[in-house]
Order: sequence, then structure tokens, then C-alpha cells
Amino acid sequence: MTKSEIINILARKQSHLSSKDIELSVKILLDQISDTLTSGERIEIRGFGSFSLHHRTARKGRNPKTGEQVQLSPKHVPHFKPGKEMRERVNENKDKYPIQD
Amino acid sequence: MTLTKAGMVEHLFDELGLNKREAKELVEMFFEEIRTALEEGQNIKLSGFGNFMLRDKAQRPGRNPKSGEAIPVSARRVVTFRPGQKLKQRVEKYAGSIQ
Repeated sequence: MTKSEIINILARKQSHLSSKDIELSVKILLDQISDTLTSGERIEIRGFGSFSLHHRTARKGRNPKTGEQVQLSPKHVPHFKPGKEMRERVNENKDKYPIQD
Repeated sequence: MTLTKAGMVEHLFDELGLNKREAKELVEMFFEEIRTALEEGQNIKLSGFGNFMLRDKAQRPGRNPKSGEAIPVSARRVVTFRPGQKLKQRVEKYAGSIQ
């Protein structure tokens, strides 16, 4: 399911709002989550999950093309931990629905 | 400060002028639609942000960490998040300490 499919579903269920407003709302929401992570803060949505940053220490890597060794700087990566309700609902239905893209 | 749904509702109210009730419904519904789709086996792709991907894991041997007793970890389906290139590049440079 893609972002535009989610926007369509929301627009159908919230028919009193314009689809333009729904589209903007989704953009604003995702931007706010990205901005919050970018400033090093956490996001917690009960029953859904939490987003936070994980630290990666500096390491030596290789350029996969040339095989040349390069020093990689320390960095942060986004991390998502599914919440309890999310974990349970997804797992309880695994035999009913095959995974599809 | 940690961002919660209340902060998202406030932000939608400020940015878009949705009233608080509309904004609250929309925020709830956004996360619920993602959860429902995942529950029904659908991977979620949010361009510019990242993908929520489902994985079926086979049963594996495990242990009770307290007693040391061997107990199998049952087969399960899990949700993983794969951040998109844009999000990864943005947070990479964060230099402070993590909250």
C-alpha cells in the first residue's frame, strides 16, 4: 500500500474534508515525524510504535567497486520499534493473509 | 520533547487550521489504516519517509534467560521499518546525544 492509497482511503472516510487537505495533512504528519527525528527526539504512538535514533560508531568500510578501504564517520540511523498492539495484531493474522507488496 | 499524537493534532491545527476534533480523527485514522493494512499482510510504502515491511520468521531455539531452560521461540510475523534514503540522509548528520 502506498501513500496515495492511504490518502484515498482517508479521503473516502473523512468526506467532510477536501482531499487536498487530507493530502496536505499526511505530508505535514510525515514531515513532522522526520523533523522530530532529525532533531534527535523520539516519537511515541501508543499501540503503533515508536521512532528514535540509533547511533552507529565510526568503522572502516570498502568501496564495493574499487575494493579501496575508506573510513566511515559515526552517524545516526532511524529506528522503529513496533508497539504491543501492532505486534499482536500483525502476528495473530499471519495465517489468514499472505504477505503482499 | 517526545512527539505524541497530541503534538501531531496541535501541529495540524496550527499548520492547516483543522479543528482539534478533525485533526484528532485524522491522526488516529492515519495510524489505524497503516496498522490495518499491515495486519492484512500488506507492506506499506511511504515515499520520502520509508517502508513498513512484514517478515515471516520461522520457529527458532531460544532460552529462558533467567532459568537457562531451552524453549523454542515460535514462528511469527514481525513488522520492520526501512527508512528511505531522504530520511536516512537527514538524520545521519545529527550530532547531539540521543534522548
